[in-house]
Amino acid sequence: MSRVEPTPEPAPRGAHAAAAPGEAQKDSSQRRQKEMIARHYDRLAAAPETGEKSVYTFVPGNLTELLRSFDLLPVLPEINALQSGMRGKSADYIALAEKQGHSEDVCTYVKSDIGMLESGNVGPTGQRLPLPDLLLLSYTGCFTFLKWFELLREKYRCPVAMLHVPYQAEGKITPAMRGYVVDQLRGEVIPALERISGRRYDEDRLREQLRRSAQAEDDLVWVLQSARNVPSPIDAFFGAVYYVGPIFSAFRGTEDAVAYYRELRAEVAERLRAGKGPVTPDGEVERERYRVVVEGPPNWTSFRQFWKMFADEGAVAVASTYTKVGGVYDLGFRHDPERPLETLADYCLGCYTNLGLPTRIELLVRYLDEYRADGFLINSVKSCNSFSAGQLHILREVEKRSGKPGGFVESDLVDPRYFSAANIKNRLESYFQMLEQKRLGATA
Amino acid sequence: MRYTVGIDLGSTTTKAVVLGEDGHVLGRGITNSRSNYDAACQVALGEALINTRFALVAGELAAGGVAETERAALVGALERSFRAEQYRAQLAVLDRELRRCLRRSLMRPPALDAALDRILAAMAAEVTALYAAGARRKSDFFRDLAASRYLELAEGEARAQGLPFDQLASLFDKAILDVESSAEAAGRFADHARAALAASGTSETPLAAAVARVESVELEQAGSVGTGYGRARLPFAEGQIRSEILCHGLGAHAMFPSTRTVLDIGGQDTKAIQVDGDGIVTSFQMNDRCAAGCGRYLGYIADEMSLGLHELGPLACASSSPVRINSTCTVFAGAELRERLSLGERREDILAGLHRAIILRAMSLLARSGGVRNELTFTGGVARNPAAVAALGRLVLENYGELVLNISEDSIYTGALGAALFAHRDAVRGRAGSHAA
Repeated sequence: MSRVEPTPEPAPRGAHAAAAPGEAQKDSSQRRQKEMIARHYDRLAAAPETGEKSVYTFVPGNLTELLRSFDLLPVLPEINALQSGMRGKSADYIALAEKQGHSEDVCTYVKSDIGMLESGNVGPTGQRLPLPDLLLLSYTGCFTFLKWFELLREKYRCPVAMLHVPYQAEGKITPAMRGYVVDQLRGEVIPALERISGRRYDEDRLREQLRRSAQAEDDLVWVLQSARNVPSPIDAFFGAVYYVGPIFSAFRGTEDAVAYYRELRAEVAERLRAGKGPVTPDGEVERERYRVVVEGPPNWTSFRQFWKMFADEGAVAVASTYTKVGGVYDLGFRHDPERPLETLADYCLGCYTNLGLPTRIELLVRYLDEYRADGFLINSVKSCNSFSAGQLHILREVEKRSGKPGGFVESDLVDPRYFSAANIKNRLESYFQMLEQKRLGATA
Repeated sequence: MRYTVGIDLGSTTTKAVVLGEDGHVLGRGITNSRSNYDAACQVALGEALINTRFALVAGELAAGGVAETERAALVGALERSFRAEQYRAQLAVLDRELRRCLRRSLMRPPALDAALDRILAAMAAEVTALYAAGARRKSDFFRDLAASRYLELAEGEARAQGLPFDQLASLFDKAILDVESSAEAAGRFADHARAALAASGTSETPLAAAVARVESVELEQAGSVGTGYGRARLPFAEGQIRSEILCHGLGAHAMFPSTRTVLDIGGQDTKAIQVDGDGIVTSFQMNDRCAAGCGRYLGYIADEMSLGLHELGPLACASSSPVRINSTCTVFAGAELRERLSLGERREDILAGLHRAIILRAMSLLARSGGVRNELTFTGGVARNPAAVAALGRLVLENYGELVLNISEDSIYTGALGAALFAHRDAVRGRAGSHAA
């Protein structure tokens, strides 16, 4: 869900066409995204003067269209935390939070956010973030969210609106579940938004937003599914983290998002036509040697290094589950302007983190098949039990059902202490060589 | 003669395995790993090639109709005599290096030269006994053997002559680095073998004839594959480097063809590997975030208890009621050890508990990799430890029922063997160096 490119590192050597030394290679869609983000943070920084109101909320199950229909500005603490990780600031933030009594085992997104707050709440663009007018707790799949906003409420002394989203344990959304969420939207969330914005709920305005969301979602899905081609024109984990940025965060439903995804789609179509591989910050992957599906979030503190470990081996992620935490659009869901609140409920209920283990297993098996992958890799992060609990079970089941080998590496989201580069590289190399050996089969 | 070699550059030791043209093991070599990876590889390979020639000598004798028991006795005696010659040569290089280091010292008490003379003379006088038939040596490495004698003698000199022991010890520490890395010190097969034959007065025998024939055999490297922690820095091309996971899987399969699960506990990592009937890895798990419970843990405990690493296992085996130890953190285990000792627990019971703790951690890794399937092959330095083996046997029985547990005497060479087999396959395919991985 990153929206700013990682801190430039020295240009590496490798099996890909090199970008200019020290400079990450960028497409025009990436530049557009950067401008969108800059404008958004400018507005946030100016909010105390302009009087615009901000709402802090989470990525999975975010209600961006609804917020925007009230002219409220979303702030996403998870995004700020991962940006702090990429910008090399999370170690200090985490240390600060630990000094305040948060233990080593607390989610590092939370500690990074607390540390950032305590350091003046300066966001990813170097500008100060406004204080929240409301904490919108969309409680989707992650139980830590609840505690996180409890802590923020203490700090900011501001109101909290909670949206409880039932867990999809049975692998489907029932009318009762949908009704339960819609009732909360009507009874809790919308009144809270009306109170802080001073505006009345305007359903037509919301429909407009939702119509644009669906349009952008179509283009995003096209881009993600372009990885079914061999070779894939995109990296659907490291690269796609940038692609999902706008739609997972403050931009879903905006004209900006529509334009961004239109442009991205055209770029990827062009790469596909030219038979080109994915662009990485260190240049283009010229020869796709391994196609892998990735489960679990990235590590943000060594994001570029982690990506390079794949790219150097010619390993391309052709599908990932992390890029579905803000919505599993490739299974067909689109925001539907004809049923505005029901569609928001379905969206919240359908996020990847809200899915049970059997559904996650099915999804991975399906990706392995549809994307013609050689195998799958799990990055198990220490911070996130929502992701990590059950991952070894997933590993075994997916191996059994797909017949394709799984690999397992361990790291963290934004605590650099838990990224042991030498070991992870060793593990990845071993895994890729295992794929190669399997390919050669018994003749090896 | 063409051969292929696999080299496993581990965090503690570097191993080399040499295969003949038919893919059978001819020689193995091992040396301490050090900061100079190239030197470690060269020394291990040199050692493996010397052993290869011993295998060839045995082959010559067999072809000449010498019966197996006699053959083994002849080659065994030759090898001991050879090792003694080699030891003398290494001692000579040590002598030279010690003097060189001494000349560079700022502080140079006049009595030091004479003390070195006496120490080295005493060590030289002991060589024959050290390699006598039936003699037990504490280690296979010159460094370890020489160090233990040198330091003991130096302590005596220091006490008797009023010399600074620290200076004598530090001289050794500096000098031994060059001895270990010196190809000259390890020597050539021909020189030591001839000297060995001359020393035993057997110059006109079938053995001497076999040695003479083997001396003239040209050993030509047809391919090499490197693996292990230092593999990225091995002096090999990228295509000749394989991960130790693949090498351990294949090596274990070659040693025990029915292997389905491999547990390798090395110096700084533990690997649980599942292989298919062809030795191809199907899944694996390793420790990523923390190296607790690896071989180094035992090294640390040995240091804490002032014991040799090889003494830990036998002592732990003498335990009648193992202490329950939960921590596999190396540093915490040290603290727990001292605490238990102060409470009056027996050393063997504490050690048994520590061994169980590291095997418990390995069991968790095994479970994560897909469990233990029949047959289980245990490899790596820790597989030489009888208490670790006993703990593994018990825990496997409790958790997976009765199954075959394989441990080879040569388990430390498993990774190098797998690497050598990869090199052999590549060479057979005629694509050594152009591996498409």
